[in-house]
Amino acid sequence: MNVSADIEAEGGHKPGFTVPRRVFPGLIVVFGLLFGLVPYWADDVGLRESFLLAAVYITLATNLNLMIGYTGYINFGNIVFFGLGGYVCVDLVTRWHWPLVLAALAGGAAVSLLALVFGAGILRLRGAFFALATIGVNEAVRQFVANFEPWGGATGIYLTFDAYEPLGGPMTALWLVYLLLVAVMVLSLLMSYAIKTSKFGLGLLAIGQNEDAASVLGVRTPRLKALAYSASAFFPAVAGGLYFFKSGIIEPTGAFDLTLSIEAIVMIMLGGYGTVTGPLVGAFVYEELRGYLLTSPTVSQLQLVIAGLLLLAMVLFAPGGLVGFIHQRWPRTRAILQ
Amino acid sequence: MSVLLEVRALSKRFGGVQAVADLSFAVAEGEILALIGPNGAGKSTVFNLINGVFPPDSGRVIFAGADITGKPTYEVAHHGLARAHQIVQPLAGLSVLDNCLVGACYGRDGLSMAAGREVVREVVELVGLKERIDMPAGALTTAGKKRLELARALCGRPRLLLLDEVLAGLNPTEIERMIEVIRAIRARGVSILIIEHVMRAIMSLSDRVVALNLGRHLAEGSPQQVANHPAVIEAYLGDPKLMSDLKITTTSASEPS
Amino acid sequence: MIGVIASVIDGVLVGSVYGLAAMGLTLIWGVMRVINLTHGAMIVLGMFIVYFLAKAGGLSPYGGIPIVVVVAFVAGVVIYWIAVDRVIGRPILMSLLATFACNMILIGTGTALWTTSPYNIPVALPGLSWQGYTFTGTHMMAAACAGLIAGLLYLFLNHTRYGKAIRAVASNREAAELSGIPTKQVLAITFGVGVALACAAGALIATLFPFTVLSGANYQLKSFVVTVLGGLGNPAGALLGGIALGLVEGLATPFMPVSWTPIIEFALFVIVLMAFPRGIFALSRA
Repeated sequence: MNVSADIEAEGGHKPGFTVPRRVFPGLIVVFGLLFGLVPYWADDVGLRESFLLAAVYITLATNLNLMIGYTGYINFGNIVFFGLGGYVCVDLVTRWHWPLVLAALAGGAAVSLLALVFGAGILRLRGAFFALATIGVNEAVRQFVANFEPWGGATGIYLTFDAYEPLGGPMTALWLVYLLLVAVMVLSLLMSYAIKTSKFGLGLLAIGQNEDAASVLGVRTPRLKALAYSASAFFPAVAGGLYFFKSGIIEPTGAFDLTLSIEAIVMIMLGGYGTVTGPLVGAFVYEELRGYLLTSPTVSQLQLVIAGLLLLAMVLFAPGGLVGFIHQRWPRTRAILQ
Repeated sequence: MSVLLEVRALSKRFGGVQAVADLSFAVAEGEILALIGPNGAGKSTVFNLINGVFPPDSGRVIFAGADITGKPTYEVAHHGLARAHQIVQPLAGLSVLDNCLVGACYGRDGLSMAAGREVVREVVELVGLKERIDMPAGALTTAGKKRLELARALCGRPRLLLLDEVLAGLNPTEIERMIEVIRAIRARGVSILIIEHVMRAIMSLSDRVVALNLGRHLAEGSPQQVANHPAVIEAYLGDPKLMSDLKITTTSASEPS
Repeated sequence: MIGVIASVIDGVLVGSVYGLAAMGLTLIWGVMRVINLTHGAMIVLGMFIVYFLAKAGGLSPYGGIPIVVVVAFVAGVVIYWIAVDRVIGRPILMSLLATFACNMILIGTGTALWTTSPYNIPVALPGLSWQGYTFTGTHMMAAACAGLIAGLLYLFLNHTRYGKAIRAVASNREAAELSGIPTKQVLAITFGVGVALACAAGALIATLFPFTVLSGANYQLKSFVVTVLGGLGNPAGALLGGIALGLVEGLATPFMPVSWTPIIEFALFVIVLMAFPRGIFALSRA
């Protein structure tokens, strides 16, 4: 973890080597613009679909990192935010004819609020207990939704073509959703950076290191943890709304897919937990790797095996991930590569 | 002198063991009060009860006029009561600076990051960690970690500091330096409640001493009075090492300096 | 009313098998403070071993259990040395992720080999009739086997050299090391025993219900609930916890659809965890 490095970068006590403090957010925005525009310029739908998935993954991994990387709480069921956000948004769009963006934001707000209330309770559990409970949360919510008739029970909710009309028809809508998802990804990264360099983030990092010691130093741990949990819910929920709107269908198995939750953890470990860029790098590499492997039918069966091997290798041999490795190798990069 | 911390009839039981029994004492503003007693006397438990690690079975803890009995540790910290642990608990992955910043930003004043940095700069100078400010806390030496415990607690700008065996495990030179630091802290108006086994330090540092045995109040008074108190000597008889410490320190402390 | 009683008794019979599985989880936690997330995969492994022993070897599932136990023990020791040994003493995140990674590898391989379609083992055992209700023979047999294996574990832990070493390491690893116990070896054996218990439970469950490669997740969740009910780190408590869970399930079955049971289990899990967040630790230390 490299908090000290960014404090230096903000004009600390080593005047010899300073990087202007706005450089990193600037880089994120430039990256986001390129990410959004390249498939558009290339007018390549295949590239767009691949990038769209990458944007979703980066969003999921970046927000999950707030809990795993900063606060040190392992959330195995992070995907529950994505799924619930999707359901709320799709419901608002189909039943109440809300505009997409508003519906997605409402989904984000609702899920974030739910996480705040629920988090206040569940975050009393520590370490392994919390991790176990999060698996249970996702399973219980999935079962609940599968039995919840207003949301179509096990069959889910379908969107008709009418739903895409306000956005200028399905073709335009797909491009629009893509750009919105890229925006969500960029905002997630900016939030991750803002939190990491803030007093709030410092409190989270302290909790991640030693919760009892942090509390003795005055960190109001229950409140900070609940806020982090809630913050980590917002953008995944918004992304879920956009993603399932685009898919045209939402049903419990796809919405609360524990595998995706776990893959997000693999991405974080691959890139480097506790850093801003780690989940980004990890998610991008993982998505591209997966796309490459999926083209071969024998390997596609073994996707889970490969993800597992990758995760095990990272945990055992390179717990700092790719970004951690780069930091170790070239310490100066810490200032730029957050 | 006004009373800063008042402990009233505190009791705590763990299973069949009465760790603290009906204990009362007070720390005055600006005072250094030492808590002594043989191993297992319940000293650290008293600290845990004061700063809210766990609630007492009965009794009250009054700090600066506010009842803080059983409040969570962070709330106690916000009242201006900081603690340095016997077993150092550095936030190992964070730098010395960040460790101290946590103390400054979440302590009594809840400073902003910028204001917190100012306080940290001052404090690391005082405790002598200035050169190691960018080092990960986990990489510090034992003595360094002890200093960090102190620095972090101090960064919260507390009114009272609980020091739990901050001298244990240090060599004589380091002890001398640490004692200087503690004196400097008091000179800045911070009251101190200290648990220590290094009797020499207790005798030279503290204004008053409270002796405990088996969780009970045994004796109270000036260092010399307590060291010569028959009940204290008796309690320490089971521990020849401490006994000899006691003798050495009483004789040396009574010499004019 | 008699229907409810019968359902409860049946629940208790099945619950004792859940208890057996949970004993494996709780033993590993108690000794090395690792939550074994391969637990579900190991339950499934037990299911498939007895399935193939029955299908290919014509062996009765109950006769297959000793083989399951041996294979599982070896698998557990191997997993310990590959994935767990290096993460002991590191942040809990690492041991959770390491065992979870193994789980992914195992489940992925299982899916590739056996797909996710359901399997079942037909076992013909006479049932027992009572007041017009029949208690299935397999359920009674499974409970008996679970009780027997739990008894053997008790004897192993209390009356063998290795068992005593395991208990010594569980109560204080450093002290055990100082008194000359090869702790790493003991940890590896513990992991093997824990996995063997999960597999044996899986073998028994396979005689009760149809199963797929992915069934593990469901039974793993049950094991967590059971462990928490019984107090983490407490094998005897796990058996009781299993019976308690079975009781709750048996009580719920006549009144609500089966798809609601995971929600009830999870609610139970969280409520118990929240109500006794420290009490569970306190129990495991005792």
